[in-house]
Amino acid sequence: MSHAAHLLEPEAPQEAADAPRPVPTSAGPADRAFDALLAGIGGLVLAVMALVGLFLLVRAWEALRVAGWGFVTTQAWVPESGNFGIAAVLTGTIVIAIIAIAIALPLALGTAVFISEFTRGRLQRTLINLVDLMAAVPSVVYGLFGFYLLQPGILVRGDEGDGLPRFLATYLGWIPVFQVEGDPRAATGTATVYTASAFIAGIVVAMMVTPIACSIMRESFSQAPVGEREGAFALGATRWGMIRTVVLPFGRGGIIGGTMLGLGRALGETIAVFMIISPIFEISIRILQVGTNSVSSLIALRYGESTQIGISALMAAGLALFALTLVVNFVASTAIARSRSGAVSDA
Amino acid sequence: MTAVLDDRAARTVVGTSPPPVPPPDAPRPIRGVRTSDVLEIVGAALAAISLTSLMFFVLTPFSGLLGYVVVAFVLFVSLYALLVSMDGNRPLVADRTAATIVVALAALLLIVLVTVIVFAFVRGRSALANLNFFVEDMRQAGPLQPLTDGGILHAIVGTLQQITIALVVVVPLGILCAVFLSEVSNPFSRFVRTIVEAMTALPSIIAGLFIYAALILQFGVPRSGFAAAMALAIMALPIVIRAGDVVLRLVPGTLKEAAAALGAPRWRIMWHVTLPTARSGLMTSVILGTARAIGETSPVLLTAGATTALNLNPFDGPQVSLPLATFNFTRSSEETFIARGFGTAAVLLVLVLVLFAAARAIGGRGPGELTSRQLRRRLQRSERDRARIEATGASGASSGTADDEGGPGR
Repeated sequence: MSHAAHLLEPEAPQEAADAPRPVPTSAGPADRAFDALLAGIGGLVLAVMALVGLFLLVRAWEALRVAGWGFVTTQAWVPESGNFGIAAVLTGTIVIAIIAIAIALPLALGTAVFISEFTRGRLQRTLINLVDLMAAVPSVVYGLFGFYLLQPGILVRGDEGDGLPRFLATYLGWIPVFQVEGDPRAATGTATVYTASAFIAGIVVAMMVTPIACSIMRESFSQAPVGEREGAFALGATRWGMIRTVVLPFGRGGIIGGTMLGLGRALGETIAVFMIISPIFEISIRILQVGTNSVSSLIALRYGESTQIGISALMAAGLALFALTLVVNFVASTAIARSRSGAVSDA
Repeated sequence: MTAVLDDRAARTVVGTSPPPVPPPDAPRPIRGVRTSDVLEIVGAALAAISLTSLMFFVLTPFSGLLGYVVVAFVLFVSLYALLVSMDGNRPLVADRTAATIVVALAALLLIVLVTVIVFAFVRGRSALANLNFFVEDMRQAGPLQPLTDGGILHAIVGTLQQITIALVVVVPLGILCAVFLSEVSNPFSRFVRTIVEAMTALPSIIAGLFIYAALILQFGVPRSGFAAAMALAIMALPIVIRAGDVVLRLVPGTLKEAAAALGAPRWRIMWHVTLPTARSGLMTSVILGTARAIGETSPVLLTAGATTALNLNPFDGPQVSLPLATFNFTRSSEETFIARGFGTAAVLLVLVLVLFAAARAIGGRGPGELTSRQLRRRLQRSERDRARIEATGASGASSGTADDEGGPGR
């Protein structure tokens, strides 16, 4: 009864009839608690992520103080004598990652174009699932594949080390990157020169990052506007003409972002690289030759260090890797976000 | 009347008498396969294989499967382009060449995937064939013991316990954080999202190193299944948050607005509308995070220690997991240990495949889409509600409110 009276009341002043009723916007106590909980959880997740960097920094401090700038320029790794640095391992990490991306980029691009433009319906869904499944295969399984099948069975066969690395060293050896020690044409005993190299590690890492890059690219390709695709066809473009002029330019952000995301993964890959390479502590750009190194496999190799400084040095190496991947991932997510926002405005 | 009909008939006759012209609106066939297309492919393939075989087996000392395939493919692409160019223009040649290359790249990726998976099973089959592989640990089995001794029970148990502990942490934290990211939009939540996205690609060894630095060195937690589980949780958390954020955004806004219009506070909207609607997607995101964490080796390598014995207590003493056991086995040069390593990898793969299939089976549906069983149950509930409402309407005769949550006593 009083409710009805309340409703009638505002009708007295004629002008205010259309004014909106003030809606209470302040949340109830339960909702305020809910908001606080959510913000707290967000803060907690943020804190965990910040702690990762903080703990590494604190633990690495001693080693960084001992090594000084030499930490970036020294190739050796003898923490006990104070002579250690990440010049060799960081170079190795980057070399392996670049090889991996050089192989993964065309593979991922081709597969993404195939899935988004050449297939549809059930086949498309199956292929998307298969590529996603490939991303979920544990890295140790790729390591097994690389060490027990790819290297001895396909790339470096028999005593003479027949295969692609030997072929490259023989015919493209004049390029410094493809050089190896000794005569690549030597009849026997050359197999060991070509094993455990950055090249083979890079191929295995490429197989692991391709599916990740591929899904990002495929997603951005599938968002290419239908109107522009049909426009290209209406102007007489072939399918490839349409892909080249509509899909690829449209998905450029996805291509860059997917590649960078793959690069970030390649930089941090541990166990498969560790299983394949034979670690050396000097900068080597001869990618076909035995011996290379990476930050993550250094950590996996030496985590049992008993000395304080040894552990601290490993933390410092980990911190460097952490910073590097963080930068790469930020660039990647920016590129992907930009490609997505473009998709929204164009569609 | 008849005149008009006659006229029309006459016209029809006149229209059909000249040689039949195809109706002008019929679309030109643009799909389908022409004979010449097939012939071009078959011809180019035959020519490429013959030429390559000639080069490899007769003329020059080329050898190797990889080289054969590469040379054959290059020859095939060139010959195919040549054949197409004989009755097509340049755009057509470019189209066909590009299509060939794209199909070949996709096929290569699939071949690699199948090889990787099949290889683990083939090399591990000698270990997998023995039942003891699944029910014994490696305590009694030395390097020279045959495959009929010892197994990976300790690793299976370790993986299950570690992933369970990790999920206990990840599921509430991950889903609530995903809710936070999807529901709250302010600079703080955007910052959290940026950080979470960057952490998705956190190197796994760094997660292990962090737990090693924080829990083991700082707080003196022993190397154990628990420490490994924490490292796995750090790996899985960003994946679950990100995937969960995406599926929560797919919940139709109209549902939430309807609940708000009925006067529900936000936490009830979340609990009764948003989360149930996105349930399948959230489960998928959890499963994907699990699948990723379950296969991680390096965090476990740093935090779990090494043992060959079954350890049922994840909080004390070393405890290996399946990927770590695979890694440890295959570092040996004994043939039996390598076989065991591949067998372990195969078991791990089966686990990942099952998780993945589960994720796809659950997550294949959109938000709010129901399985036939859920639909049946919901229909039954709705039927009960109707009966109840009709009953109250008949007896009370004044008002029957349809409230899903209200019991029949209302």
